[in-house]
Amino acid sequence: MSERSVPTHAIDPQILSEAGLSRRIENEDICMQVEKLDLYYGAKQALKDINLSISRQRVTAFIGPSGCGKSTLLRCFNRMNDLVDGVRIDGQILLDGQDIFAKSVNVADLRRRVGMVFQKPNPFPKSIYENVAYGLRLQGVRSRRVLDQVVESALRGAALWDEVKDRLHDNALGLSGGQQQRLVIARAIAIEPEVLLLDEPASALDPISTLKIEELIYELKARYTIVIVTHNMQQAARVSDYTAFMYMGDLIEFGDTNTIFTNPTEKMTEDYITGRYG
Amino acid sequence: MEKMGIGQHISQQFNAELEDIRNRVLTMGGLVEQQLADAMVALVEGDERNAEVVIKNDYQVNAMEVALDEECNRVLARRQPAAGDLRLVMAVIKTITDLERIGDEAERIARMARQVADGEEARVHPGQIQHLGDQVRQMVHNALDAFARMDPELAVHVWREDLTVDKEYEAIMRQLITFMMEDPRSIPRVLEIMWAARSLERIGDRARNICEYVIYLVKGKDVRHTSLEHMEAQARAEHTHKP
Repeated sequence: MSERSVPTHAIDPQILSEAGLSRRIENEDICMQVEKLDLYYGAKQALKDINLSISRQRVTAFIGPSGCGKSTLLRCFNRMNDLVDGVRIDGQILLDGQDIFAKSVNVADLRRRVGMVFQKPNPFPKSIYENVAYGLRLQGVRSRRVLDQVVESALRGAALWDEVKDRLHDNALGLSGGQQQRLVIARAIAIEPEVLLLDEPASALDPISTLKIEELIYELKARYTIVIVTHNMQQAARVSDYTAFMYMGDLIEFGDTNTIFTNPTEKMTEDYITGRYG
Repeated sequence: MEKMGIGQHISQQFNAELEDIRNRVLTMGGLVEQQLADAMVALVEGDERNAEVVIKNDYQVNAMEVALDEECNRVLARRQPAAGDLRLVMAVIKTITDLERIGDEAERIARMARQVADGEEARVHPGQIQHLGDQVRQMVHNALDAFARMDPELAVHVWREDLTVDKEYEAIMRQLITFMMEDPRSIPRVLEIMWAARSLERIGDRARNICEYVIYLVKGKDVRHTSLEHMEAQARAEHTHKP
């Protein structure tokens, strides 16, 4: 009888990584870097010493129970928290190596590079066309030809063009919730941001619209870096490449999504994603 | 040693479903063990009645596999388990496949036992194959025990026993070849015994597979196609849920 042949080494993680089966953050091009970030609302500390990297052209999801700080962290990325009274932020967030909290940074410019979409679709009470063209008009673009072109490509990019091309000048508020959300995404990508922040983008939508948004996220990541906050863990598992689990202002675990959802390192993560938390 | 708990889901119903799946795997394992024991009695003692019982009961093992597969499907579809729960369902799906195959091998041994018992000539020296059978049965039993207790160290222990089983199988082969050379008229009979030994050796491999699933289930590490040393390291590693 022949001896059983036993390879001496486990399957090399590098091979898995190259086969796209597991991602490794050290192989990624880092777009945004959060370093020692603390955030206080008055006396209450909402984020505690957060350190993590957002990879370029990847989807990073933040999950965690209500009040864990995931939305707060997301809002830091384009300084939406600046508008909150009594907020204090320590630490750094680097966008392409530049601190976004530096005095020299123009916040309007930052928000052009880091766009945001909210939970509830918030189209302007204007036509579909004007919604998408809004950012460009603000930037002073007047050329009808340029505007037409950008509106079409943004609507195509948001997988909405075919549904609205014959009624571009109808009021945007006449669209369905899912269409409105895609319109808002089209508005965000019309100005070609680097990063798209999505705060619960599908939680107010029906399942089919949700799937369309998720499909859109998959397509958008070829061009943009995407950070998404979601309560829906299955959604995070479906759309993201990396997942961060937060709890009470702490970043508990951050890693590639496959690992987090099959074999998390931390007990708290396991309890949360398997529904044992509480 | 760390233990995984199935309980403590917010959904009690989900707890109950997972617990039910686990219990049914163990019930199926118990039946398969019994089938194997009966088949060995039939082979060693030339007891045709036992052989018939084993052949007749194999459908029960198959039915349990089908039912468990369906239940796992249902849990995947409706609960979308993650992490440890997902690994449990995956380990169960794989374990029951191996259990069903062990059941098939037991049935095969029973058929050979019937063949052997039919003949007029005296049975070929059953001592050694009985010993192999006992070893393999113990392996199956311990593999199921490791699964029930989610005990990766026991799993490694059982896995290692398979190496002894393989050696024993080789020894039996050599001995049977000698018989055939000495008396060519014994060849048809000895071939049956040889197939039975082969089935036992395969059952050992299946039990070893189950042990690999146990390590995957508890430690989250896939140790298939790796070395024994690697597996031991993974089974001992303080991996999942460091403080």
